[in-house]
Amino acid sequence: MSESALDRDTRVIFGFWVYIMTDCVLFASLFATYAVLHNNTNDGPTGSVLFSLPYVLTETMLLLTSSFTCGLAMLAMKRERLQQLVAWLGITFILGASFLGMELKEFHKLALDGNSWHRSGFLSSYFTLVGTHGLHITVGLLWMLVLVWQLNKRGLTRGNNRRLTLLSMFWHFLDIVWIFIFSIVYLMGALR
Amino acid sequence: MSHEPITQSRPAKPADTDHATLRSYISGYVLSIGLTLAAYLVVTHHTASYRWLVAGISGLAIVQFVVQMTFFLHLRAETKPRWKLFVLLFMTLVVLILVFGTLWIMNNLNYRMTPQQINNYMQNQDNL
Repeated sequence: MSESALDRDTRVIFGFWVYIMTDCVLFASLFATYAVLHNNTNDGPTGSVLFSLPYVLTETMLLLTSSFTCGLAMLAMKRERLQQLVAWLGITFILGASFLGMELKEFHKLALDGNSWHRSGFLSSYFTLVGTHGLHITVGLLWMLVLVWQLNKRGLTRGNNRRLTLLSMFWHFLDIVWIFIFSIVYLMGALR
Repeated sequence: MSHEPITQSRPAKPADTDHATLRSYISGYVLSIGLTLAAYLVVTHHTASYRWLVAGISGLAIVQFVVQMTFFLHLRAETKPRWKLFVLLFMTLVVLILVFGTLWIMNNLNYRMTPQQINNYMQNQDNL
């Protein structure tokens, strides 16, 4: 019984890995769209005018640190320390929510200045790419809340351990996608 | 050649693997911060030509991708039928074809169309 249940967990984790890899293909198509359209500013502002690099660096550090604390939560799970686990998840949530808040603030400012997705092909592809990542972050944050609720209710059951493993994979993956958004959209955008 | 015993369930002390995992997360975190700051400083200091800067930023991003796959997602700890790695490599192939194929086709179209042709095309689209 426990042997086959263990097998099932391994299969579920592998299945989730395959989902993450297909999600990478989704992001790749958005990156390709951005790469094609990034010079089509329609006489509007370019990335180097719009983006503030120190601001984006802060966002990057927040997300990177949240990826790290998510790993520490996994470690607390392996040590079977429920309180530590919930604490690390809470810190991960706060860091992730701060990242999302900064991103939404940036979007809001762009839209207020008349530089929303209507403005040019460049901004349409920018909002689609970065917005899709932000949507994933939102889903991850909701997942985290549900998981903390489940942990408080049922404790460290095998089902909850599996869910946390999947969530941590998802969260690390989002950080990896962000490296490429940071490098390609913001850093290379600042060069032009 | 020496035949190593099959190490499917190597009995390791929990504290040992525990320590190794913690070390792995910390190294991943420190390396990622270093690589992010390096890419950032390369851009703010404008030390090279555009082409070299793009190559440098891309290189640093790829290194950080490998670092996080290794230290955060523990890809190297996977045992023998390495399905995760295979799926990852196939994904990489698809992504490369998708991105560079798109850029190739779109640049080719751009190259073959004169501005006059593009204007005519856009006017046709407006009239439809």
